[in-house]
Amino acid sequence: MSTTNLHLFVMVVPLLSALAINLFGRSNRFLIAPLVLGSLTFSVFGSILVTGRVLRDGPISYTVGNWQPPFGIELVVDPLSAMMMVLIAVVALLASFSSLQSVAKELPGREAFFFTLYMILIAGLFGLVLTGDAFNLYVLLEITSITTYGLVAMGPGRAARASFNYIIMGSIGACFYLLGVGYIYILTGTLNMADIARILPTLNAPGATATSIAFVLIGLWIKMAFFPLHGWLPTAYGYAPTGAGTMVAPLMTKVTVYLMIRVILSVYTPALVFANGWLANGVLWAAAIAIVSGSSLALGQKDLRHMLTFIIVAEVGYMVGGVFLANANGLTGAVLHIVNDALMTLCLFLVVAAIVYRQGSVSLSSMQGIFRRMPWTMAAFVLGALAMIGVPPTCGFFSKWYLILGGIDGGHWEFVIALVISSLINVVLFFRVIEIGYFGALEDGGHHGPVQYQEAPGWMLNPLMLTAVLLVVVGLSTGPLVNNLIRLIVPAGF
Amino acid sequence: MEAAVNEIVAKYNYWIYVVLMMIGFYAMIGKRNLVKKLLGMNIFQTAIILFFVSTGVKKGGNIPIVDKYQALAGGVDAATIVNPLPHVLMLTAIVVGVSVTGVALAVLLRIYKEFGTLEEDEILEKLQR
Repeated sequence: MSTTNLHLFVMVVPLLSALAINLFGRSNRFLIAPLVLGSLTFSVFGSILVTGRVLRDGPISYTVGNWQPPFGIELVVDPLSAMMMVLIAVVALLASFSSLQSVAKELPGREAFFFTLYMILIAGLFGLVLTGDAFNLYVLLEITSITTYGLVAMGPGRAARASFNYIIMGSIGACFYLLGVGYIYILTGTLNMADIARILPTLNAPGATATSIAFVLIGLWIKMAFFPLHGWLPTAYGYAPTGAGTMVAPLMTKVTVYLMIRVILSVYTPALVFANGWLANGVLWAAAIAIVSGSSLALGQKDLRHMLTFIIVAEVGYMVGGVFLANANGLTGAVLHIVNDALMTLCLFLVVAAIVYRQGSVSLSSMQGIFRRMPWTMAAFVLGALAMIGVPPTCGFFSKWYLILGGIDGGHWEFVIALVISSLINVVLFFRVIEIGYFGALEDGGHHGPVQYQEAPGWMLNPLMLTAVLLVVVGLSTGPLVNNLIRLIVPAGF
Repeated sequence: MEAAVNEIVAKYNYWIYVVLMMIGFYAMIGKRNLVKKLLGMNIFQTAIILFFVSTGVKKGGNIPIVDKYQALAGGVDAATIVNPLPHVLMLTAIVVGVSVTGVALAVLLRIYKEFGTLEEDEILEKLQR
């Protein structure tokens, strides 16, 4: 292990621990927690070290098996992938504390299988942000998807059917991406991203390039559940085991948005993608519709978790729209929102996991008076809700601010209006939950005597508290984050 | 008319890929039986494999196995051998496809245990009750 290949180990250690969990965790389930937490802690520190090095010395590349690029597969860390590595590692570590608890309760005896898939998924996510090869990206995309299919299918009742829906939609998405890569390969004869970006603009083949861009983008939109291709997401994330939801919901869609940014910036180059104004205009309208309809569909849900899954659909619209504004503020907002939305979603799903652990359900009717039973959990929920709405100084405000600025810069008022409407709907959504939880039990509180105090166990509560604090800390450190990191990502032409 | 026929005959493998892909796509979206959906997915993937393998083909190309010492001494004439890279990529894609099919079959087994049927209409009926 040296400084140039540390990022390889950040990916490989979770993968090896997945094998170890499968080998030893079946006979002795007390080994699972140390393996999961140990390897993820290593990944957190490793990715922070790598990020420090990238910010100091510039991008690092590692060639696997010493096959030189463009023939071999390259693992590249630039500021954007370094940021994603830290995000994945931190979110996965915080989520795994809670997952260990809820899986022990929901899937007794199957912890080893669950965490084998869980760790392979995390390794796959690291691989996705590191790889510098377009075909390798397809393989890693399918590794993360197949493990997610398995994790979703482990849930009770309707989960298997939700998982099958996800398999069909996910495979269509992956196949479209693969077709797009096929067209790139025919055009350029290479699969290395840097090499493609060098050759493609010199070819002047607008028809084939546009076909390839269309296939790749539609494939990734299916994978990230961009409205109207979102059909699989609410059921898959809504019926998955809570332990899977806490990690999959914050990371999967966000990493796919990262892939879209990566493909636009360092494979096709922005000049080619945004050459036709109508593409960006169309996508922005779609994003605006995604935001409004995602939020409105959330209004109709009677279960906190299903409500959150529709909010994820709306948030994907924020990020896709931000990227397609094609200006500095929009892209900054989109990248910043990847970080913020991952943390906000993590916070809210950790709350869901804690409540499910205590009372088995998060239907709104079962949440009456929840503030008295679980005051700390619900305090974190209020912070997460404020962040989702976009109240300063929580982080959600700052990324939304950049997105709105970007929308005004580009003159895309439909996007700005959609953002504002969605914030207002979020106010209604979350204050409805808070009202039920705070005032719901007052009328019959007198009959049952003092309400039972049933706070979540420390393994679930402490990471949740840390996440809630992170929401404010990241919000307050937006300035340094944008100046030192995200400025490096925005390309010169923007 | 003749021009169109010539166009189709000249690139018949690409036309077959498009037709296969549409058949698979229709089965995935239109069929109500879950096993048929899965089969549609497999046809879809096969179409893409045909597409990739077609891109490597050359007229009169030999198999890409060359004598190492000859190649090192005199180089390789790329026009005489087919491009092996798309084939290698498709080996990986076949592995991915088989894995997805395996997972999907396992999930179908769970659905069958849960609902006792693999017809989507009957499942929906049972869910509403």
